[in-house]
Amino acid sequence: MTHTTQIYMIGVGGQGIGLLSEVLAHAGDLAGLEIRAVDTHGLAQRGGSVESFLRVGTRVFSPLVAPHDADLVIALERTEALRGLVHYARRGGRLVWYETTWQPLAVRLGREPLVETAQILERARALDVTAYPVHVDGLPDPRMQNVAVLATIAGLGWIPGVGVDHFRRALTDLVPPKAAAANLALFDAVSSALPSPVDPAK
Amino acid sequence: MGNTAIVRAMAVTGTRVVTAYPGSPTPEIAEAISRIPAPERPFHFEFSTNEKVATEVAFGASINGHLSCVFFKSVGLNVAADTFVQLSMMELAGGMVIVMGDDPGCNSSQNEQDNRHIARLAYTPIWEPMDPQEVHDMYLEAAAWSQKMRMPVILRLSTHVCHAKMRVRSDAYTPQPLDPTPRFDAAAGPYLPITKLVAPLKRRALEKLEKTREQAEATPFTRVIPGAPGTGLGLITAGLPTASVLEVLSTVEAPPDVLRLGLVHPLPARAIADFLRTHGEVKILEELDDFLEQGIVQIAYREGISCRIRGKEDLEAWIGEYTPPKVRAILHATWPGLVSATPPGGPATPAAGDDGPTPRAPQMCPGCGHRSAFHAVAQALADDDITVADIGCHTLGFMPPYNMGQVLLCMGASPGISAGLSLFQKSRRVVAFIGDSTFFHAGVPGVINALFNRHDFTLIVMENGTTAMTGHQDHAGSGANFNGPVQSMSIRDLLVSMGATVREVDTYAQGRLTQLVREANEAGGFQVVIARHPCMLAHMRRESRKPGHVRRQVRILKDRCDQQHVCVMRFGCPSFFLEPDGGVHVNEDLCIGDGSCLQTCPSKAIAPPAAREDS
Ligand SMILES: Cc1ncc(C[n+]2csc(CCOP(=O)(O)OP(=O)(O)O)c2C)c(N)n1
Repeated sequence: MTHTTQIYMIGVGGQGIGLLSEVLAHAGDLAGLEIRAVDTHGLAQRGGSVESFLRVGTRVFSPLVAPHDADLVIALERTEALRGLVHYARRGGRLVWYETTWQPLAVRLGREPLVETAQILERARALDVTAYPVHVDGLPDPRMQNVAVLATIAGLGWIPGVGVDHFRRALTDLVPPKAAAANLALFDAVSSALPSPVDPAK
Repeated sequence: MGNTAIVRAMAVTGTRVVTAYPGSPTPEIAEAISRIPAPERPFHFEFSTNEKVATEVAFGASINGHLSCVFFKSVGLNVAADTFVQLSMMELAGGMVIVMGDDPGCNSSQNEQDNRHIARLAYTPIWEPMDPQEVHDMYLEAAAWSQKMRMPVILRLSTHVCHAKMRVRSDAYTPQPLDPTPRFDAAAGPYLPITKLVAPLKRRALEKLEKTREQAEATPFTRVIPGAPGTGLGLITAGLPTASVLEVLSTVEAPPDVLRLGLVHPLPARAIADFLRTHGEVKILEELDDFLEQGIVQIAYREGISCRIRGKEDLEAWIGEYTPPKVRAILHATWPGLVSATPPGGPATPAAGDDGPTPRAPQMCPGCGHRSAFHAVAQALADDDITVADIGCHTLGFMPPYNMGQVLLCMGASPGISAGLSLFQKSRRVVAFIGDSTFFHAGVPGVINALFNRHDFTLIVMENGTTAMTGHQDHAGSGANFNGPVQSMSIRDLLVSMGATVREVDTYAQGRLTQLVREANEAGGFQVVIARHPCMLAHMRRESRKPGHVRRQVRILKDRCDQQHVCVMRFGCPSFFLEPDGGVHVNEDLCIGDGSCLQTCPSKAIAPPAAREDS
């Protein structure tokens, strides 16, 4: 059977998950793979959870990823990272998330505690999921958090068949020209400073 | 994206007039249109006042000889229906494609109605693509057939077809010059469906529909996808579920044959009868209602075919989107020996223990004028007053901490519902909310009724200058339409000219708004309060693109804050974070420095917006 990489992305409306999924899909396309992707739109734009699905491979029909079946879960926020992990990661899969927090309503109303990083790591261990938090100090614009995550995935080689150059070109193609230099510099800095790519067979 | 592919198809087919009213999952079609610079745009596009008007504009263009297209979301059809049901009786000289975005799974709608039913009611064919490539290709088919037959043709999309992304192929095309000649010819009709004239028009519509059945048989989109030889089992499906079916069957050792339908109305009776005859047992796999099932069972009965037909076998089969897991579950229940409950090799991880964090619901943005309005209105109401919501961003007021808006039907319904609630009683004041786009869309008749029949409630118009929830489309009060600036229509002046008593205020003046609502409620009768503030999400997007834009934010004065938590718990701006020690922190990525929160703090512990330190 041919392999399809199932990617599930989650963030909070307003964090710009759309651009991230766009770049990943474009990178897959540049790598010559078949892609099917879909974002949730509409209501979810307003500070609720937003998700995006991406399937990259050689024979793909549906854009949707089934719960507990994602090879890679990407989250742009800590609470969403736990949500994505619990609902979508497959046993033995991978999780990468940006270490920032947007307090959910229940936390702000004092009804629930905020999710802690340790909770995610512990949960990931129980599911045999490799977890990778990302944080870059002093980013001038929160929208660049996406790029840090992207560069991490690229540097770790976490989408089989898609290389660092594909990601980089996809980013160049899709980021507004004005912001390109800063974003590419960040991409290069983050992607080159990571451990060498993990063998996809692991 | 499906929503982008369709714009390419509009251009390729020489579609001349495109109209719409925004509604998920279709607004990105207009976003794709807006990316074509106006001088190069090969067609006229407009957001009309509502779906009914949009349909009428497209119809008018078509009978003048122009290929036209109207698009809207599922429930938009309800608004358009009075016009829509007439179309099949009309000679649509230029052709007309109706694009409907249904929303199985209710991703962003108030129901998951199955618009295929309109096909039977209005004698109109329906194409159903399963992915963006087919959206493009089927639009071409639909447009060509519509032009040839001079009849309306529906292209029915669903949320994850609209928003799906893949590489789409499209032939090169040369733009044809526009022929502006008005070719309307009354003799080509008649276009007057009145009493005795209706029967021949209806007959002609039915004849056209019967001819379309031949296309349903012949199109390559209606096809058998062979499974393993000799199973005797078959599956009939269409649209998005096809992709899920193919996905699931790709993991099955001896898959059944699949008959995939390109058109779901009229049904290709021969292709279906042949398929039924050559299979001992056939499962019909369709999202939402049993539309295909009814038609297929009818064909089998008429033809005397003895195949075992299996349609929907429980109520869950009527609900929700047919995702691959859902399709797998249904196929497993149908043929347990053939399709396993979980895919081979996964999904490996049944959720152990908890279900993860509480769902994160959408909320009003930082600085949203609606938040100030709810915060202020709350203080003018008695505990058992009745609040009636309408559709839009302000619907979110129903959530804590505001809890405002206890009943909701559909766009423009709040004045009518409130009129009914206020009958026979004065003890519980009825307060209705309505957005400005909705006011123009379907709110006006309810308001006129309230005045005409002297109803007794307060209407709060949440005027933010845009159709916010669906992505900031301009409306009649915005000062611009899709194609450029226009004189904005004043809701206040409209109301005054109707004879309404109108009070108005910017929502950031919270105390004044509270007072005006109190006054309105005390005055009794039909009263209007316009609670106005521009949409801050749209405003900030514009501002942040300007050169030299300075990011501002408020700050908590720790020495003054006595932790009453009004800002975070009652005003509820998402920029306020609760610290573990009970303090409040302003998240600098979220705060836009609007300052609407300052007045809510009883201890005056919020410092006015100032430039961020790093800007
Ligand atoms: C008949 C119908 N058409 C379209 C929609 C989609 N829709 C949902 S919210 C909304 C926007 C309403 O805008 P407005 O009344 O200005 O309120 P705002 O979101 O700006 O607060 C629309 C068009 C719908 N629900 N029903």
